Amino acid sequence: MDTDLSSQDRKDLDKFIKFFALKTVQVIVQARLGEKICTRSSSSPTGSDWFNLAIKDIPEVTHEAKKALAGQLPAVGRSMCVEISLKTSEGDSMELEIWCLEMNEKCDKEIKVSYTVYNRLSLLLKSLLAITRVTPAYRLSRKQGHEYVILYRIYFGEVQLSGLGEGFQTVRVGTVGTPVGTITLSCAYRINLAFMSTRQFERTPPIMGIIIDHFVDRPYPSSSPMHPCNYRAGEDNGAVYPSVEDSQEVCTTSFSTSPPSQLSSSRLSYQPAALGVGSADMGYPVLFAGGLNAAHPHQLLGPGKEGGVPPVPSQPAHGTQADQERMCTPLDGVHYSAATPSSSEDTETVSNSSEGKSGSPHDLLETIFIRKVGAFVNKPINQVNPPDSPETESPLQGSLHSEGSSGSSTGNTHDDFVMIDFKPAFSKDDILPMDLGTFYREFQNPPQLSSLSIDIGAQSMAEDLDSLPEKLAVHEKNVKEFDAFVETLQ
Amino acid sequence: MVGPGWTRRRAPPGAAPTMNCRAEVLEVSVEGRQVEEAMLAVLHTVLLHRSTGKFHYKKEGTYSIGTVGTQDVDCDFIDFAYVRVSSEELDRALRKAVGEFKDALRSSGSDGMGQISLEFYQKKKSRWPFSDECIPWELWTIKVNVVNLANEQERQICREKVGEKLCEKIINIVEVMNRHEYLPKMPTQSEVDNVFDTSLKDVQPYLYKISYQITDSLGTSVTTTMRRLIKDTLAL
Repeated sequence: MDTDLSSQDRKDLDKFIKFFALKTVQVIVQARLGEKICTRSSSSPTGSDWFNLAIKDIPEVTHEAKKALAGQLPAVGRSMCVEISLKTSEGDSMELEIWCLEMNEKCDKEIKVSYTVYNRLSLLLKSLLAITRVTPAYRLSRKQGHEYVILYRIYFGEVQLSGLGEGFQTVRVGTVGTPVGTITLSCAYRINLAFMSTRQFERTPPIMGIIIDHFVDRPYPSSSPMHPCNYRAGEDNGAVYPSVEDSQEVCTTSFSTSPPSQLSSSRLSYQPAALGVGSADMGYPVLFAGGLNAAHPHQLLGPGKEGGVPPVPSQPAHGTQADQERMCTPLDGVHYSAATPSSSEDTETVSNSSEGKSGSPHDLLETIFIRKVGAFVNKPINQVNPPDSPETESPLQGSLHSEGSSGSSTGNTHDDFVMIDFKPAFSKDDILPMDLGTFYREFQNPPQLSSLSIDIGAQSMAEDLDSLPEKLAVHEKNVKEFDAFVETLQ
Repeated sequence: MVGPGWTRRRAPPGAAPTMNCRAEVLEVSVEGRQVEEAMLAVLHTVLLHRSTGKFHYKKEGTYSIGTVGTQDVDCDFIDFAYVRVSSEELDRALRKAVGEFKDALRSSGSDGMGQISLEFYQKKKSRWPFSDECIPWELWTIKVNVVNLANEQERQICREKVGEKLCEKIINIVEVMNRHEYLPKMPTQSEVDNVFDTSLKDVQPYLYKISYQITDSLGTSVTTTMRRLIKDTLAL
């Protein structure tokens, strides 16, 4: 039984952990953007979706995460932490959550890196997607924009929970055992939000044009700047990210099963990125769309071809046997970028963006940023759009609507006032505009019906009687018409 | 008002259909109009963890896996949001099942108690004339108690409370998922339909079936099982 990790397995494991850390940060920050996230499933593997999950990469977030990691990986005593905090328009801030990716010493030597660890990391990311929606900060982040914004900060090292206040709660997202230690993902979140009740934020009118100070002084030695979870449209268009020094990595999407004659089992196949293809002159590790082997993007390639691999007899998930696997190597080169020699951005983060296939990286950044909700744009979140007031000259309606209209123009819900579309039945008539008081007085004392007064009544009666014979004669003439009409009714 | 709430308990070992079948039971008290969303939230969360991308088998026994997308869903009658797999087919199938369950609950009249079960199973091929065996390996049961509320204020409180309880239940589901207990082994191409539901075009959940029971006022359970159309019934 081979208990020592082979160098290939070690490399794979490091790569998985690194990308798991990056994707974890993406999931957490995107869950605090304040908008609903939606990514599409794809039946065909693209090769750029790590852990077989469609998680977009926001370039700035990846950049910050890599900066915090500084080439290291989470290890015992060195955790990667994402701190989520809330900052009001007045400048007060409060830590809401700390998400920790930690490693402890408990090793699982028998687990298969290329298959089991990878799949369990995928499961853990799904759990993270679910858990990020159930902590209290999620609902706060969905309402951000006017009174407060949600910021994130990534740091690496010791976990600092003191900013969460008393009685914070912890939820464990999950753990994955690996041969070098157990990865644990958890969240500590503040529960004492008393002075930051969301109700407060619903009552005051929106504040426009607040400038966010991206860089907040932190009391901790390993301080790193806070960043808003959402973006202003068009900002950072010109931001240039330094080139990534570590190699471009492709994610693993090819698995293998042993031939049907053997007991079924699976192995993960992949290949470390073939670098510098077509980009030698640029000096950046760049992969082009479609991968190296454009005709067969997911085919096994490379020196470690699978043909000679012995069959694997046992189910990896049970971890009962260590198999003698060989890592086989397809190239899934769909980490692409529209690379231009002048660009120095982080090309690795340009995956999953269908809009970036052509055009400059700056256009790409622009596209991505414009899609984000601006931090303080002229769009009040809590605005209730009043129903359209019917255009009327009636002073009655005008007076009824005036208060409501002015109230709604500020755009916030006021619990005390509810806009009612007032359509009074009695004063719709534009010809006879009147106010409520006049109407009431007039109809309190209606004039007598003319037909009820005796004199006029008697007079009309006499007239009726006189004209009766003439009317009868006319009707008799038209008897046939009447009969025909009656027949049509039957 | 009956306090809305959830509890979770493991089913006793004897209740599991087979030795390897993991069984989890959740209990919930909700208002009638919240039944659908609460059930969908739980079922989608479970299926998020029990779905992979589509397998594409290639020569030499290798396969690649497609990508699973996800999307946020906001509930209308509960202060709650959850994540589901981006698959309209899967969503339709779950909505159909939950809709039938909700209608059955409503038409049962009294009490409004019932349970909906999501079972993951593997197929084991048998020789003719015997039909294939379905061996469950994980069973999720959600027991529902429908409460009637008297006024709007109670309904508002119910919205928030059920939302909080659903958050707890998502945490519990995730905890079970991350125990990394038995999962069927990854199949070869010929066996894939015995483990996964390959009928969807964009994702591939483990084979599952949804059934429900309504408890009538006498306490006896009237079993109404709704079987999802699966390949073996077509094969016969």
